Amino acid sequence: MESTSSTSQTPGEPETPGGTQLLRLATAGSVDDGKSTLVGRLLYDTKSVLADQLDAVHRASVDRGLSTPDLSLLVDGLRSEREQGITIDVAYRYFATPRRSFVLADTPGHVQYTRNTVTGASTAQLAVLLVDARKGVVEQTRRHAAVLALLGVPRLVLAVNKIDLVGYDQSVFARIAKEFTAHATALGYTEADLLTVPVSALVGDNVVERSAHTPWYAGPTLLEHLETVPVEADPHDAPLRFPVQYVIRPRTAAYPDYRGYAGQVAAGSVAPGAEVVVLPAGLRTRVARIDTPDGELAEAVAGRSVTLVLADELDISRGDLIAAADRPPRLADDFDATVCWLADRPLRAGARVLVKHGARTVPAIIGELSSRFDEQNLSSVDGPDQLALNDIGRVRVRTAEPLPIDDYRSSRRTGAFLVIDQADGTTLAAGLVGAPLPVLETGVARPAASADPELPSDERALVSPGP
Amino acid sequence: MTTTIPDNLQALESEAVHIFREVAGEFDRPVILFSGGKDSTVLVHLALKAFWPAPIPFPLLHVDTGHNFPEVIDFRDNLVAEHGLRLVVARVEDWIADGRLAERPDGTRNPLQTVPLLDTITEHRFDAVFGGGRRDEERARAKERIFSLRNAFGQWEPRRQRPELWNLYNGRHRPGEHVRVFPLSNWTELDVWHYIARENIALPDIYYAHEREVFRRDGMWLTSGPWGGPREDEPVERRVVRYRTVGDGSCTGAVESTATEVAEVIAEVAASRLTERGATRADDRLSEAAMEDRKREGYF
Ligand SMILES: Nc1nc2c(ncn2[C@@H]2O[C@H](COP(=O)(O)OP(=O)(O)OP(=O)(O)O)[C@@H](O)[C@H]2O)c(=O)[nH]1
Ligand SMILES: [Mg+2]
Repeated sequence: MESTSSTSQTPGEPETPGGTQLLRLATAGSVDDGKSTLVGRLLYDTKSVLADQLDAVHRASVDRGLSTPDLSLLVDGLRSEREQGITIDVAYRYFATPRRSFVLADTPGHVQYTRNTVTGASTAQLAVLLVDARKGVVEQTRRHAAVLALLGVPRLVLAVNKIDLVGYDQSVFARIAKEFTAHATALGYTEADLLTVPVSALVGDNVVERSAHTPWYAGPTLLEHLETVPVEADPHDAPLRFPVQYVIRPRTAAYPDYRGYAGQVAAGSVAPGAEVVVLPAGLRTRVARIDTPDGELAEAVAGRSVTLVLADELDISRGDLIAAADRPPRLADDFDATVCWLADRPLRAGARVLVKHGARTVPAIIGELSSRFDEQNLSSVDGPDQLALNDIGRVRVRTAEPLPIDDYRSSRRTGAFLVIDQADGTTLAAGLVGAPLPVLETGVARPAASADPELPSDERALVSPGP
Repeated sequence: MTTTIPDNLQALESEAVHIFREVAGEFDRPVILFSGGKDSTVLVHLALKAFWPAPIPFPLLHVDTGHNFPEVIDFRDNLVAEHGLRLVVARVEDWIADGRLAERPDGTRNPLQTVPLLDTITEHRFDAVFGGGRRDEERARAKERIFSLRNAFGQWEPRRQRPELWNLYNGRHRPGEHVRVFPLSNWTELDVWHYIARENIALPDIYYAHEREVFRRDGMWLTSGPWGGPREDEPVERRVVRYRTVGDGSCTGAVESTATEVAEVIAEVAASRLTERGATRADDRLSEAAMEDRKREGYF
């Protein structure tokens, strides 16, 4: 890893005591484009694979009649995956270099398992989207790019893989990079969010080691980029959002009257003395203390699990949200949202479902399907009669009780919800409050229905060209 | 190998605490699987922190193979007494005694834990079962969700896992089904040790180097016990060893080590070229999919 240590620290990257931080990344891209091989290669070339794991891969590769070890076997951990040579479900792997630690979700490319790709991408800060250099951008590449944009994965790497199979031809790389960059830009990514890199996962070109076969490529190797790309910290100045998970009432001799509200800070930060409002009731109070078993805290920031003790005795239970009093979320029982439909059974208007938002689960009706997003040509189709597996669409959600919601774009954690089947408990869809996908300006088909007068004005703004 | 960063421990702890509280809020009858090993001890530590200053609102369940290290049983009983915990013990030997299970020819009882586990879950109507499994342990485990639904037969169906989005966990299940919950999913072995060091968590002594009579079998140092001892061709030696995992005594191997304290264990684990399971578990060497097969049947 010495070779990468000369790369300069990216400005603005917060220094942590260890000098290292965590990056959560996911792979994406069409079936067989080489995602699992790339992950295996990253693990192998960073010496993150231990001897017994490597032995197992060697043995399995020999059993399959291969002359070189198939590194995808490091991640394709299920029997049926190894039998079929494809990935079915996400594999999570952990590795570290002296600069950073990584949580890596290797996701399946097959369209049938897109729900698992969504699972892996929902927590990612960066996605590595692969294409096969021989095939270029294909339908599934565009679908995954749309899903990544929808989920708000902040950064993308397009890895043009199997560059060995096109003779390390610069023009092939350039053509794919150009086409993809146009597509990703149309989805809302800026060029600063993107990197395109020619790689061979099989041979190892430009993954960890710089390739001698691509002298025309001046950018970083994949690992150099992963080690230095800025990681977006949760914005500290965002307003507090604290879903109450559990009320702690010991009723023991030592703590007869203790009452604390346990949860994880979902957005912003909290300090003793903060003015807060408890939703949906709308009661106002102050934070008296932030308790942890290790002592009181002067502040807790997003991601921290703590227990809040409030100044007043209020009736608060699981599912309530404690929020900044001066910037509370919207309380709504009827709102617009975008869903990524993940169930085999299609969604039709009028469906009765459950919605899980924060720590609250409420009955809901999907009142209306406003539009379906066509992720292939980045247009939208109005008033679809259903949303099928893997469709992304705009819907109207009516809930039995008001929910304290934020727009997904401004607060990922409190703008997200699950759509759950009432009968069997299956997770049916990823739900996002508002319309996280920008619609496109130039170069690509314009949404046919963007001027639909039925749409409320704020929504029309989202589907019309920007300034 | 992996270097771990103190900051990440804070994030891992917060994630695990969040998971414990979600389960406490959504399930009626959770239980923590407790073996006395390092992962389940860390699990109990995290549960104590999640509900402090209240006690943990659910019991522990130990599936006891009868092939125990006495140090581990003492440790378990002390921990339970110290924190006023409730402990349910399911003894594999009771299942063998009344014929519901038969001893295996190789004498190992690790795979025999599944039936007592599932029977006890049914008997107590446990609906959420916490396990200390980590995704970095094994590549079938690397595929599992944090909330992992089990059907009425306790089976894991890896091809039919629910999507798991953001940190919104879906614990819905039908009567008879239950959910296995893995708060340590995203922890590595090294994270666990760094956390043990940071939090000063006590473990059974066998995790640290000590002198012991051992014999060599299948490339591992085994110790004799109620499960049997060396065969004629397996000479007994005194070696300085420690355990990297604690499981059924008949199939859990010790590693040679001089690490007598946490910092030394961390250095040793960081330098190790073998995974903990590869180094110490005979049951995982049976086949390429040994863990997946056991998990499908309802194993931890
Ligand atoms: N020549 C060449 N072959 C590659 C390269 N990367 C992957 N392959 C081969 O492409 C095939 C598919 O690779 P995988 O890594 O399983 O593909 P995947 O994208 O993970 O596939 P799914 O997970 O099923 O979507 C395997 O036969 C790999 O050996 C590469 O850079 N060059
Ligand atoms: Mg794959």
